[in-house]
Amino acid sequence: MTTRATPRSGSTSGSSPAGGRTLVLVATRKGAWLYRGDAARASWQVDGPHFLGHIVNHLVLDPRDGRTLLAAAKTGHLGPTVFRSTDFGRNWKEAAKPPAFARVSDDPKARAVDHTFWLTPAPASQPDVWYAGTSPQGLFRSQDGGVSWEPFSMVNDDANYRRWMGTVQDGTPDGPKLHSLMVDPRDPNHLYFAMSGGGVHESIDGGRSFAPLLDGMQVVAGFDDTEPTFHDPHCVRLCPSNPDRLYQQNHCGIYRLDRPSKQWLRIGKNMPAEVGDIGFPMVVHPRDADVAWVLPMDGTDVWPRTSPGGKPAVYGTRNGGETWQRLDTGMPREQAWWTVKRQAMTADAADPVGLYFGTTGGELWASADEGRNWRPIARNLPEIYAVETAELPG
Amino acid sequence: MNVLIPSALRSYTERAEAQASGETLAALLADLERQYSGIRFRMIDEQERIRRHIRIFVNGAQVHDLGYRLDASDEVVIVQALSGG
Repeated sequence: MTTRATPRSGSTSGSSPAGGRTLVLVATRKGAWLYRGDAARASWQVDGPHFLGHIVNHLVLDPRDGRTLLAAAKTGHLGPTVFRSTDFGRNWKEAAKPPAFARVSDDPKARAVDHTFWLTPAPASQPDVWYAGTSPQGLFRSQDGGVSWEPFSMVNDDANYRRWMGTVQDGTPDGPKLHSLMVDPRDPNHLYFAMSGGGVHESIDGGRSFAPLLDGMQVVAGFDDTEPTFHDPHCVRLCPSNPDRLYQQNHCGIYRLDRPSKQWLRIGKNMPAEVGDIGFPMVVHPRDADVAWVLPMDGTDVWPRTSPGGKPAVYGTRNGGETWQRLDTGMPREQAWWTVKRQAMTADAADPVGLYFGTTGGELWASADEGRNWRPIARNLPEIYAVETAELPG
Repeated sequence: MNVLIPSALRSYTERAEAQASGETLAALLADLERQYSGIRFRMIDEQERIRRHIRIFVNGAQVHDLGYRLDASDEVVIVQALSGG
């Protein structure tokens, strides 16, 4: 399918220090929006909706060519697909072959992709390669810029991985997910991914084999922490400035891993006890691997997964998680029960770094000074699923 | 034969009715795919199952089997079946 977007436009403005020109890509349960920042990231021009009514789980601009957009979409009625645009969303064309599991004859329970959840471009050395993670958990790759997709590696059919993936009942409410696909920028054969549930996994041979990377990660009390099934990483990020360092927001805490060690360190224990270290997103600084941010959620009793006490805040560390600072200037002081999903918080590459997050209540918030001050870019959007940024030329 | 297309799929056909042929429902869907690339996968998953919120009726009766035999005079209606927000 080829579509031409019919976006409505408008602008919002505020004040913040100078930074780079940034594009914020917002994927929601009912469509996608693009926000183009001015040079100071003080005023934002809205472009959207794109795919109004589509469930868009991820929208990513290819950093290798600076113009190709991929959108992982489905609707309530229709099966999943990937849309592709090479003109910043003015025109979209559907993938010729979206991610799909291999056909299994005569198995009524054979898996079918419900939705593509995560899209990751490979490093610049592989300009046409993309990876995709799906629900139920599957790993896919495109070698032609997102036009056609094939099952990738042994993960989708390996007996152990199938067992570790569990069932729909073991996953997130709208389906178990393969996410946090990461490629080492120094070596495209060095890959990571995570599964909710199912743990964190690594390949050093270009995906021919993967192995769990779980040591130090905790699980819910009473379960076996050597069993990948019981691990629920919510979001894992690799530091661009030091690819040997990874940060993770897990169902059971915030972690850091410094390779070649295989031992995750629970740096969330340094968070204030009354806030805890439960949440979904994990964001890392583009140039300083000691700097990272989280957005804590309430993980007590029935797991409300809202801002603790109704007082939302981002927490940032500038020393690898040894200490954390509350960053909430500009946010509501009370009665704000926000939920922010794992893909719905990100950073730009400007200096100082801009931070962005979107709530399930449809609010898009931004900070142009690494979290010290916050203001909303947009309100009244549909439930926000993912927020990404890209640098615009000129 | 005449195939009634639901609104969710009219971005492919650009109209409410399409003409397609086939001796079975599977063949009919293959003909639709030939004419409107991508439309079949939105209705039928990779395991050849009709998707959860898609219904297909032939002459007013719901059909679940892609091997169902069709006659050139049959009326095929594809319906999007989902409610709620």
